[in-house]
Amino acid sequence: MSDGLVLLQLHEPGETPAPHENEKGAAVGIDLGTTNSVVAIAFEGSVEVLRGADGKALIPSVVHYGDDGSVVVGASAREAILDTPDHVVSSIKRLMGRGIEDVKALAGTMPYAVEPNPEGGMVRLRVAGKVLTPVEISADILRAIKARAEEALLGRHVARAVVTVPAYFDDAARTATKDAARLAEIEVLRLVNEPTAAALAYGLENSVEGLYAVYDLGGGTFDISILKMEKGVFQVKATGGDAVLGGDDIDHAVAEHFLAERAGGLGEQTITAGEAKQALMTARVAKECLTSRADGEWMIEVDGKPSRHALDKAALEALAAPFVDRTIDICRAVVEDSGIAVADIQGVVLVGGSTRMPLVRRRVAEFFGRPPLSDINPDEVVAVGAALQAEALTAGSDTLLLDVTPLSLGIETMGGIVEKVIPRNTPIPVAMAQEFTTYQDGQTAMSIHVVQGEREMVSQNRSLARFVLRGIPPMAAGAGRIRVSFQVDADGLLTVSAREMTTGTEANVAVKPSYGLSEDEMADMLRDSLVNARADMDQRLLTEAVVEARRSVLAVRSALGVDGDLLSADERKAVDAAVAAVEAACAGSDRDAVNVAVEDLEQATKAFAERRMDRGIRQALAGVSVDRLDDALGGE
Amino acid sequence: MNASAVAQLVPCWSCKGPVASRALFCSVCGAVQGPGAIDHFTRLGLRPTFEIDQDELERQYFGFQRRLHPDRFAAKSAKERALSQSQATALNEAYETLKDPLKRSAYLLSLLDHPVDLTACGTINDPVLLMEQMEKREAIAEADTPDAITRLSAEADTEVLACQCHISAAFAAGDLDEAAHLTIRLKYLVKLADEARTRKTRMTRAMR
Repeated sequence: MSDGLVLLQLHEPGETPAPHENEKGAAVGIDLGTTNSVVAIAFEGSVEVLRGADGKALIPSVVHYGDDGSVVVGASAREAILDTPDHVVSSIKRLMGRGIEDVKALAGTMPYAVEPNPEGGMVRLRVAGKVLTPVEISADILRAIKARAEEALLGRHVARAVVTVPAYFDDAARTATKDAARLAEIEVLRLVNEPTAAALAYGLENSVEGLYAVYDLGGGTFDISILKMEKGVFQVKATGGDAVLGGDDIDHAVAEHFLAERAGGLGEQTITAGEAKQALMTARVAKECLTSRADGEWMIEVDGKPSRHALDKAALEALAAPFVDRTIDICRAVVEDSGIAVADIQGVVLVGGSTRMPLVRRRVAEFFGRPPLSDINPDEVVAVGAALQAEALTAGSDTLLLDVTPLSLGIETMGGIVEKVIPRNTPIPVAMAQEFTTYQDGQTAMSIHVVQGEREMVSQNRSLARFVLRGIPPMAAGAGRIRVSFQVDADGLLTVSAREMTTGTEANVAVKPSYGLSEDEMADMLRDSLVNARADMDQRLLTEAVVEARRSVLAVRSALGVDGDLLSADERKAVDAAVAAVEAACAGSDRDAVNVAVEDLEQATKAFAERRMDRGIRQALAGVSVDRLDDALGGE
Repeated sequence: MNASAVAQLVPCWSCKGPVASRALFCSVCGAVQGPGAIDHFTRLGLRPTFEIDQDELERQYFGFQRRLHPDRFAAKSAKERALSQSQATALNEAYETLKDPLKRSAYLLSLLDHPVDLTACGTINDPVLLMEQMEKREAIAEADTPDAITRLSAEADTEVLACQCHISAAFAAGDLDEAAHLTIRLKYLVKLADEARTRKTRMTRAMR
């Protein structure tokens, strides 16, 4: 990986990398996985996967909560599953942005004690006497990843990262991931879809070009994306998947098989939590062994009662087949959706640990009609892509990722039917609006329910948020027109706003996320978990103010370079003094002083700006070419 | 020319000097500008015609996104990040509209002051089109062998392509009434082709 291709370091005019990069610390790429996580860093296009003291890149996404309040993440937490199963949480990614009814749907595969939440919303787990949200548990994993990175980088501060998410993650799960990073004091430069990150790694490291499919089967999630890759552009044509389908499901199927054998052999009726957890671990080991071996025998021993379990490749594949078949069905649907023929897809890239299974490789090769690519380690490729994108975002690059929305976004209308506002596979960022009319005389409020999914009925889709638009002036039914605007940013995160059009009244909107955390809850968690939350926040605001102030100074300098002759010597002196004042303020740490100095500079250059506009208009009237002004318009 | 050039000058939000209202970047300070109210063709640097070279469309779209996408502005000030998001959003909307023949035709008609209403759901005013659509939909619903549905699906796809050719000819001849009429027809043909494809997929899947 270290001798990878060097990224082209081209910058557009006025887009040189921000100075003082080092002040903000290193920017890494994090693959926050269901089973394992990986962190990597890129420097001038070469990627280094950051390893622990044991030389391993994979950090098990498992957290042990001690009775003494200690938090341990990784391999030692995973080992503790056998001794203290009720103190350990694994596969928490499956619960990000999920409600209690989702957990019921996963019944049997979730070895957690779920805490009822009277207000609904995201589930809460009871672990070691504590009640924790999936966001807090993920934050603990992210803190461990950050510590690993800082250690591997010899103490360099790591504060910013590209964090990857399954392409099929809905808005609630994406928001939950970003919230977890915030709790772990990591600034998310961008949420990047896992298959897209993998494609970036392949495209840049192996110079792959053309139409490619990325098949990503991880521990808990499945994604399939079809991308067009050419000359540094990575354009996602279509994406699909299942946010709760992965290697874990195969492990559970094998574990159930073992438990049925054990119950039969020992003549027992009930299965203890300890037995279930040990069967699961044994199942995982057996599955991994059978990647390279034809058969084997494993032992489960709980409470001094041993049982032996033989399993061969054919039996494992029979247990795994239904899950692999589902991934192939999804591949077929996505290929059809994209309007691309399978024959036109030049290659298929394998991502995720579960693609090590020979059955998966066989079925993928069969469907796409060609052997899949896996020359970059499928466990590490996502983190490699994330690291490359982290460098691209901080140091500049010529590559471009164009991603899409994985699921349609819509609004509930009369009769519980969904009106789609943004269809799936729409390129992001995107903004769309839809108008609705009032349906009662004198109606002053309208309730808006935002959902995500492909089904026709609201109840079959995922609820994202509900809010009420108030302050509509009383009118006859149908006269009030409410415009609801959806905006999805480059992270794939949704913002919804609404306003009444007839009178132009902008009504206030309070969004209550259906499965997210409210701002208050986040604020509480930040207060609880961050010793220096306040200082951290101040620092961020100061940084933002300084970036803005430097932009102002640069703009004034450019203007002086072109139109400096419009100022008398005295006027020039005043402007220069105002510029110097901004620079002095930027060197300090007082945010208010920076903002005041920027305002003063604006005042000091007001007359100058007016003269520049006058000159521009005079020149245009005199027939001077406006080419100079029209710069950058038109084709490339 | 001069008067319109003056009308198109606005102050740059960053350095406050004059900048063309359609410029992407200020030529003096280099700051990214807002997306401005221009049509989709102009936004992508294309001539406003129905016939479009898909490769050229994609090239133009990539070229503009390379300069304007939010990823290029991740280290910039909040205002610049917001402007770049608006620019990228406008580019995506233009690309999505022009890429699709049905949307492109309807959009071009609205630019030419000859709008068609494609949202009027389900109502067909043209009795000939209505009969034809009802018959074909019935045929698709009744197709009971994979061969039959494959044939119907291919037929529907061919009709979509033929209708696009007719639209192109109508625009070339300047016959906007005909272009509008055919655009409404295209909407139903596309819907029919989608239905045929869905049924074909279901049937072939059930056979496996």
